[in-house]
Amino acid sequence: MATARELLRSLALHGILLAAAGLMLLPFVWMLTTSLTPSAEILNPSLRVWPANPTLAHYADVVQAAPWLRYLWNTVVVSTASALSILFTSSLAGFIFAKYRFPGRDLLFIIVLVTAMIPFESYMVPFYLQIKALGWINTYQGIAAPLLIMSFGIFFMRQSIMTIPDELLDAARIDGATEFFIYRRVVLPLSKPALGALAILSVTNSWAFFIWPMIVTSDRRLFTMELGLAMFQRAFTVDYGRITAGSVLTVVPVLIAFLILRRSIIRGVTLSGMKG
Amino acid sequence: MALSGRQPSAARDLPVLLLFAYLRIVPIVTTLAASLYNWDMIRPIRVFVGWGNYLELIQDANFQTALVNTSILAAGSVILGTVLLLAVTVNARVRGAPIYQLVYFLPVVTPWVPVTVVWKWIYDTRYGPLNQAMVALGLAPQSWLVDDRLALISILIVMVWKTLGYNLIMFLVGLSNIPQEYYEAAVVDGASGSRIFRHVTLPLLRPMILFVVVISTINSFNVFTPVFMMTSDIQGAAAKLVRTLVYDMWENGFRYFRVGYASAEAAILLGLVLVLTLMHMRLFREDR
Repeated sequence: MATARELLRSLALHGILLAAAGLMLLPFVWMLTTSLTPSAEILNPSLRVWPANPTLAHYADVVQAAPWLRYLWNTVVVSTASALSILFTSSLAGFIFAKYRFPGRDLLFIIVLVTAMIPFESYMVPFYLQIKALGWINTYQGIAAPLLIMSFGIFFMRQSIMTIPDELLDAARIDGATEFFIYRRVVLPLSKPALGALAILSVTNSWAFFIWPMIVTSDRRLFTMELGLAMFQRAFTVDYGRITAGSVLTVVPVLIAFLILRRSIIRGVTLSGMKG
Repeated sequence: MALSGRQPSAARDLPVLLLFAYLRIVPIVTTLAASLYNWDMIRPIRVFVGWGNYLELIQDANFQTALVNTSILAAGSVILGTVLLLAVTVNARVRGAPIYQLVYFLPVVTPWVPVTVVWKWIYDTRYGPLNQAMVALGLAPQSWLVDDRLALISILIVMVWKTLGYNLIMFLVGLSNIPQEYYEAAVVDGASGSRIFRHVTLPLLRPMILFVVVISTINSFNVFTPVFMMTSDIQGAAAKLVRTLVYDMWENGFRYFRVGYASAEAAILLGLVLVLTLMHMRLFREDR
């Protein structure tokens, strides 16, 4: 009796899970099939899942219409610069907050925590004016600027570095190590797992960043993948074959990375949904 | 202890501090200050107007719409994406099944722009797959992104679709951190399912629930890309614009160049997010 009920429960549960998984996947399936469907067939809709006459024509057009590889390269440049800068600044600041005592430290740390909660969007207008004053409109530096530091990263690295025993650092000091040597040779190697998670979080954030690149660049040679796709949509509003083909092009690198690094990506992203 | 003898100054950290100040503190403080000025991005004239921008905002129909829409989207995604999800996951007590996690996480890692492109197609009134499916099921096709109320619901659906996997994984992490002995002890004491849920699962899961609710609230108050990509005339949508706070702010700042006005709006957004975060924290702390 109890087992029959258990079985029924488990069946119902997997039914729900499976249906939900289908809902999660369906948009991706539609993205792919629409990109392979000839325009005439798109405008003559039916419920068929796979197109009657699949074609790569949209991809041929899309590749001609925009420099996607250039967009990919720009995204890679910005994400890499952002990740390197965030790893360096977060670990250094995290080290100091975790292992040094100086007046004003706690107040400073609270300020860092508060800024982690303040969305970038709420101060982007003055931020734009600062970047403009530097002459960084339409430059890589300009796009990467808000991504060079992450308040949450400082907090996260502090928590991680606090678990390193003081004795270890003192032993190095007795041996005559400089503070920077300790940071490089003791703290960084021991923080590798945390740094890895932070790197993934920062790359995921900067890869998907949209509103800022849109504001700070108008030169299409500097467009990131996201911005490039948005501009492509602007140009081909209802040409769904081409637009979905463009989407597939921008999604493929992300999905490949996700399938290869899925465990670390899930861990990195679940660290924090906070940006900033 | 050894550290107390030496007094290493924060000087080594100075470049990082300066960068932090320049990229975070300065623009935040400037925003708050600019909100008190009538300031046009093109002409370099700044006139102090005190609370003028705020008073004008309260009367601004666009701002009111944005505030209402954003609040509905935030409340909707918190209720659908956390409360309902929690009810399902907790009772299900799913372990393992990494393939589900993988699939549910796909929308989370896919950036917003391609997501909105495909959803705009799904919602297309004339050719979109959703209406095709509705017709096939014998239902009336809907003008998803065109009708006022439906457009808001359509955006909400996409937001929940995109964030559900994230919330789910956070809850699963929280659930797996609850020691099994607690459940066994409760069963030994003769507690039933619903009592176990109320007195064991819920209290121990509280920090994670708080975290997820705060994150969902902050993220949905900042929603911009989906409404911009799917409902803005700039992106060629024949649709009804679902105006949100960040959209309205972006429009005032970068389309009409009203720095002071947009900053006042930003200050309200900032205040709302901070107040809501603190409120959540209080709510979850006192309710034991």
